[in-house]
Amino acid sequence: MIVADKKPIEEIIKEIESYNRVLILGCNECVTVCEAGGKKEVGILASALRMYFLNQGKDVKIDEVTLERQCDHEYLEEIRDKVDRYEAIVSLACGVGVQFTAEKYLTMPVYPGVNTCFLGVTEKRGLWTERCQACGKCMLAKTAGICPVSRCAKRLLNGPCGGSTKGKCEISKDIDCAWQLIVDRLNALGKIDDYENIIPLKDWSTDRAGGPRKVAREDVQS
Amino acid sequence: MRLGYPTNIKIIRVPCTGKVDILHILRSFEKGADGVYAVGCLEGECHYNSGNLRARKRIEQAKKILDSIGVGGERVQMRNLSSAEGPRFAQYAVEMDELIRKLGPNPIKLASKKKAA
Amino acid sequence: MNCKTPSKLEKILAAGHFAVTSECGPPRGSNIEHIVHKANLIKDHVDAINITDNQTSVTRLCSLAACIRLKLMGLEPVLQMVTRDRNRIALQSDILGAASFDIFNMLCLSGDHQSFGDCAQGQNVHDLDSMQLLQTVRHMRDEGKFLGGGDIDRPPKMFVGAAANPFADPFEIRVPRLAKKIAAGAEFIQTQCIYNLDKFELWMKMVRDRGLHEKVHILAGLTPLKTAGMAKYMKNRVPGMDVPDEVIKRMAGTPKEKQAEEGIKICIESVQRLKEVEGVKGFHIMAIEWEEKVPEIVENTGLYPRPKVD
Repeated sequence: MIVADKKPIEEIIKEIESYNRVLILGCNECVTVCEAGGKKEVGILASALRMYFLNQGKDVKIDEVTLERQCDHEYLEEIRDKVDRYEAIVSLACGVGVQFTAEKYLTMPVYPGVNTCFLGVTEKRGLWTERCQACGKCMLAKTAGICPVSRCAKRLLNGPCGGSTKGKCEISKDIDCAWQLIVDRLNALGKIDDYENIIPLKDWSTDRAGGPRKVAREDVQS
Repeated sequence: MRLGYPTNIKIIRVPCTGKVDILHILRSFEKGADGVYAVGCLEGECHYNSGNLRARKRIEQAKKILDSIGVGGERVQMRNLSSAEGPRFAQYAVEMDELIRKLGPNPIKLASKKKAA
Repeated sequence: MNCKTPSKLEKILAAGHFAVTSECGPPRGSNIEHIVHKANLIKDHVDAINITDNQTSVTRLCSLAACIRLKLMGLEPVLQMVTRDRNRIALQSDILGAASFDIFNMLCLSGDHQSFGDCAQGQNVHDLDSMQLLQTVRHMRDEGKFLGGGDIDRPPKMFVGAAANPFADPFEIRVPRLAKKIAAGAEFIQTQCIYNLDKFELWMKMVRDRGLHEKVHILAGLTPLKTAGMAKYMKNRVPGMDVPDEVIKRMAGTPKEKQAEEGIKICIESVQRLKEVEGVKGFHIMAIEWEEKVPEIVENTGLYPRPKVD
């Protein structure tokens, strides 16, 4: 899923303090699972903002709506008849949802309420870690199912570097060395000899390098 | 044991302090409470293993939010006791009452009264 | 003697002499006289001088400019190049720039992570890794072609090296990793600083067991310790560094004013012991901001005078 983290409330206040009617718009997908932008977080932020503005002597209307998704037209359409009641939207969806909301409602200022962080997993409640950088050309088949692009600090395709120490990355003792994990798993799979295959220069044109990306699937288009 | 404690405290029963959410705390302040405290079982003795520890973390989180919006995090507190400690329950209530009196009324309550007037 | 490049370092190794290299870090500014001064301190005692490429990710005068300066002094530079800061366009371009000044040696590295340096908020590139940079240089030299397939007018004649750290983890792939670098095109290896000689010798045995010592020239890396504090710092703070407790004890047990001398002594003893290790073809002496000590180490280990080749 897309993992996001809450923005400091002070930052959100700064963005919206000139408005009198604000909609806090949550998303029921990834940001709900990572507890950054679901219905509950919408409630918390809205309550805090209401109290803040009240305490400042300002009469600001703060409403709450949480959509099934903000990355699909049909769900974003659900607020079309209400949107005129507001001067601004704070979207607690990932950057995708913030942008899609902004695209759909051209004259409505839309502000991000979370920092979109990465594609990752829930290791345990309250701990999410990165697994994928969407490079567009998956090479997990060659690296024992562990991604050096997203999990090696130098995205070395032929690692580990000389800084790998006791299974940890040179940049932090809290980060696993991706190549230690790859070697361990190659061993577990009985495929350690594969380690010596040199992974060739990567075609990064499907990554960020190639510009904004698109997946067009004619077979499913209507 | 018929112990007295301040009458201005409204008790909301929950099956476990683990049930207490940040949102419950924030809404209480929005609705005019001057202070909120959660009283859980002794740490390490939660009937549901870790409900009271979770409550403590949420209280901490609520403190941060209240600080950042100018209401004051001190108005939220976590306390622990065992079910056999009636006197301590009363003592916590007295302490909380004193603390909140020192802090004065919830500024949100004053602001909304001003707005209504 | 069969050499693929005009590199003096290659010729010395091919002739079967122990090679001696050292390295200098470029200055934090544009005053290139610092490098000239450092190079003059060591030029008669080493065969080639590595110029580091923004080592520890601290911004410095560029390695290429400093190498050109050494070349103009009539010295033999080894251009260090990290993949952290440049994409494949810039890497190839800089290789050609070096070749245009007849710089004949290169060391291909991935580079320390930028979080260690003075631009921790910067982006890193790593379009290629060190292994792929080796392949790139060899491709440009041996095929005379760019990565994109076009012909290179006057291809670079680089003697190509890589680093090896026998002490990093996981230890079990340290020799396979060397094999991989050789397969990618490495012709010489400069190792991480060696303080744990037992472990290094074990690694060399594993290298010999696979016959890799005959496919690549291994130069043992050494850094003389200045103080007991430096030894402890290396052990605890520098990733992938193995400083055994005996070395720390020996340094710490020496009075402060004599620790530098003791550090040089340890370095000299290490060279003498490593000269006996089959497969060690030379020494890379990295006297960090202590270049003036290199001649003493070289002279006291029977490595002076340096052989002449043409």
